[in-house]
Amino acid sequence: MSITSLPATATPVSLAAALNQALADSLAEDERVVVLGEDVGTLGGVFRITDGLAARFGEERVWDTPLAESGIVGTAIGMAMNGLRPVVEMQFDAFAYPAFEQITSHLAKMRNRTGGRVELPVVVRIPYGGGIGGVEHHCDSSEVYYTHTAGLRVVTCSTPSDGYRLLRQAIASPDPVIFLEPKRRYWSKETATLSLEGPALHQAQVVRPGRDVTVITYGGTVATALEAAALGTEEGYDLEVIDLRSLNPFDDETVTASVRRTGRAVVVHEAAGFCGYGAEVAARLSEQCFHHLAAPVLRVTGFDIPYPPPKLEAHHLPSAERILDAVSRLQWEDEDV
Amino acid sequence: MTSTQESPHDITAPPHPLLPTPAPVQLIDPAGAAVGPAPDRETLLRLYRAMVIGRRFDTQITALTRQGRLAVYPSSRGQEACQIGAALALRAQDWLFPTYRDSVAVLTRGVDPLQVLVSFRGDWHCGYDPYEHRVAPQCTPLATNTLHAVGLAHAARLRREDTVALVLLGDGATSEGDTHEALNFAAVWKAPVVFLVQNNGYAISVPLAKQSAAPSLAHKGIGYGIPSHLIDGNDVAAVHTTVSEAVQHAAAGHGPVLIEALTYRVEAHTNADDATRYRQDEEVAFWLERDPLRRLELFLNRDGQEPPTEFAAEAEALAAAVRAGTNADTAPDPAGLFGHVYAEPTAALHQQQADLLDEIARDEEARA
Repeated sequence: MSITSLPATATPVSLAAALNQALADSLAEDERVVVLGEDVGTLGGVFRITDGLAARFGEERVWDTPLAESGIVGTAIGMAMNGLRPVVEMQFDAFAYPAFEQITSHLAKMRNRTGGRVELPVVVRIPYGGGIGGVEHHCDSSEVYYTHTAGLRVVTCSTPSDGYRLLRQAIASPDPVIFLEPKRRYWSKETATLSLEGPALHQAQVVRPGRDVTVITYGGTVATALEAAALGTEEGYDLEVIDLRSLNPFDDETVTASVRRTGRAVVVHEAAGFCGYGAEVAARLSEQCFHHLAAPVLRVTGFDIPYPPPKLEAHHLPSAERILDAVSRLQWEDEDV
Repeated sequence: MTSTQESPHDITAPPHPLLPTPAPVQLIDPAGAAVGPAPDRETLLRLYRAMVIGRRFDTQITALTRQGRLAVYPSSRGQEACQIGAALALRAQDWLFPTYRDSVAVLTRGVDPLQVLVSFRGDWHCGYDPYEHRVAPQCTPLATNTLHAVGLAHAARLRREDTVALVLLGDGATSEGDTHEALNFAAVWKAPVVFLVQNNGYAISVPLAKQSAAPSLAHKGIGYGIPSHLIDGNDVAAVHTTVSEAVQHAAAGHGPVLIEALTYRVEAHTNADDATRYRQDEEVAFWLERDPLRRLELFLNRDGQEPPTEFAAEAEALAAAVRAGTNADTAPDPAGLFGHVYAEPTAALHQQQADLLDEIARDEEARA
C-alpha cells in the first residue's frame, strides 16, 4: 500500500507517513503548494517523507533541486513572491546552515521590510536532533538559531497525529515556518485518525495532565518526558507534560497556567543548555510565575558540547531517569503544604 | 579593470557560443560616434530623458546626504547607462531585482522618488510596494537577490506567465556563493532570468584584480551553460540593446543570460566612504571623460541636431520635489515596529507595543 493513500480511519501510522500524508493533502487541496529539495522527487527524500509525491503530482509540483541549500530557500522566497506556497526540505539539520542568510535576512524579514506588502508563506522542513546513530552534522538541535529570529514561526511535532496537523497548519500559514521534524520519532507509530482537529499552530498542548511538576518539552523529548511521567508514578510523582509544539511564538498562557498550578517546572531538550531554549522558558516562568514557584526551574538538556559520535550519544541525550532526577531535586523537603 | 581598450569595436567572434566577445560590445564610442547599430532615435530619446532625470536625481540625493538629510546614500552616478538601459529594456510584466546602488534603476521603473528615499532617510526599510511596479525591495546583502529573481521567474514559468526577472548585481557580488547557486539553478530550470553584473571596478575599496582571476566576469556563465555577454556599460545603446535581446531570449523559453557591463562608480561607495584611500584622482578623471550621459549627448548631437532641452526642466522639477519632500521632517510611527513582523501580531508583540507607547507617553508627559 502506498503511504499516500492512507485511510481516514484510526490505524497505526508512523510520523513519517503522517507527514507524507500532510504534504499529499496540502498538494491536493491547494495548487499553489509546491515541494522542492534535494532527493525529494524520485527517491522520495532520504527519510521518505516525500515518497510517491512526485509520481502523483508531477515534477512541476514536486521536484529535485540542485544540491545547494541557500539556492533552495532563496528561490523559494522568489516563488512565494510570485504566488506559490513552497515547502522546502533541508536534508539534515546541519545541512540547513548554508541557507541561514536567506532564512534570517530575507525569509524572516520580507513582510516587515515591505510593511506587510510582501508575505512569504514558505515552510522549511528540517529533520533535526539525534538519537538515530547518525554521524557528525546529522544530529544537531538547531532550533534556537531560528527561534531567535523575529518573523519566523518555529514549530516541532512529537507524534504522527500532531505532525500531520502541524504540517498542514504550517503550510496554510501566511508566515514563514521553520518546521522541525524529530528524526528519531519518524518511525514511531500511533493508532490515530489524521485530522486538523486540535490545537492551533501557535498553541502548546498538555499531553499528560499531572499535579506535582510541569515538564515542558518539545519534539523528540516529548516521548522521553512521557516515559519519565510513567516511571514517576512509581516514585510518587504525578508529572504534567506539556508539548510546546510552537517554539516561536511561545504559548505563555498554557505553560504559565500549568506551572502556577503545579508550582514546579523542568524544561527538557536535547540541545545544549547554555543559551538554549530552556533558558528562555525558565526566564519567562521566573518573570510570570515567581510567586507560584516552590523551587527554581530546572533544565535537563544536552551537554554544552558538539553533538557526540553515535557510540556516545546516549550519554548526551536527556533520559527519563535524568528527568526524574531533576524532579527529585525540586526542593520537596522544603514543601510546607 | 579591462575596460580601457582603445579600440573596443574590434570585436572578434568568441571561441565558444556561450562565451562573451573578447572586447566589450559597444554601439556608441566615447566620442559619440556610432560603431554599431544604435537603437532608433525615439528609443534613444527615451533613454536620454531617463538619464537626464536619473543623473539629476542622483546628484540631488548626494547633495541632500551631505547636508545630513539622509542617513546614507550609495550613489548610482556613472552607472546610469547600465541602470537605465536595463530598466527600460523591461516590459511591464517583467520584474526588477535591484541592489542598494540601483536607485536610478528603481526610479526609472516608475517608483515614486520619495518612496525610493524612504529607506535612505531611515524611515523604513523599503518605502514602495514591490507589486506596484514589479520592483523587489532594494537588496542590501550581496547576491541574495539573484536567487529571489530565479525563484520568481521559475514560478512565473510554472504558472505559464510571460514574465522575465532582471537581477542587478555588482562585481563584488560575483564572489558570493549565492550568485553561483542562482546561475546554476536558473540554467538547470531554464528560468527566464537576466543577470546584469555592473562591474564598476570596486567592491567598496577592493579592486577587481583582488576579486576575480577570470578573463572576465562574463566568462563565469559558460561553467553553468549560460550564454554570456561582455558590454560597455557606459554605452546606453549597448546596454539597452543587449538587455532587450536577453529579455527576448529568456521570454522565449531559452533560459537565463549573463551580462557583464563595464562601468565606473564615480562617487565613493557611500557618503560614509573615503574613496581617496584606495583610488587615484586620475582614474576618476579618466572615467569622467567617458561619462555615459555625455556620450549619448554627443551622439544625439552628432549632425548638429540639438538634443532636447525640455528634459532638463523636468529633472529640475523632480529635484525640487525631492528637496521639498526631504526637507519636510518625518516621524515614523513607533507602533509600526510591531505591526508586520507576523501576519497577526503575537501576544508578546502586543504587550511590547503597549509598553513602548506607554513609555513614550510618560516621556512626553515628563517633558510637558
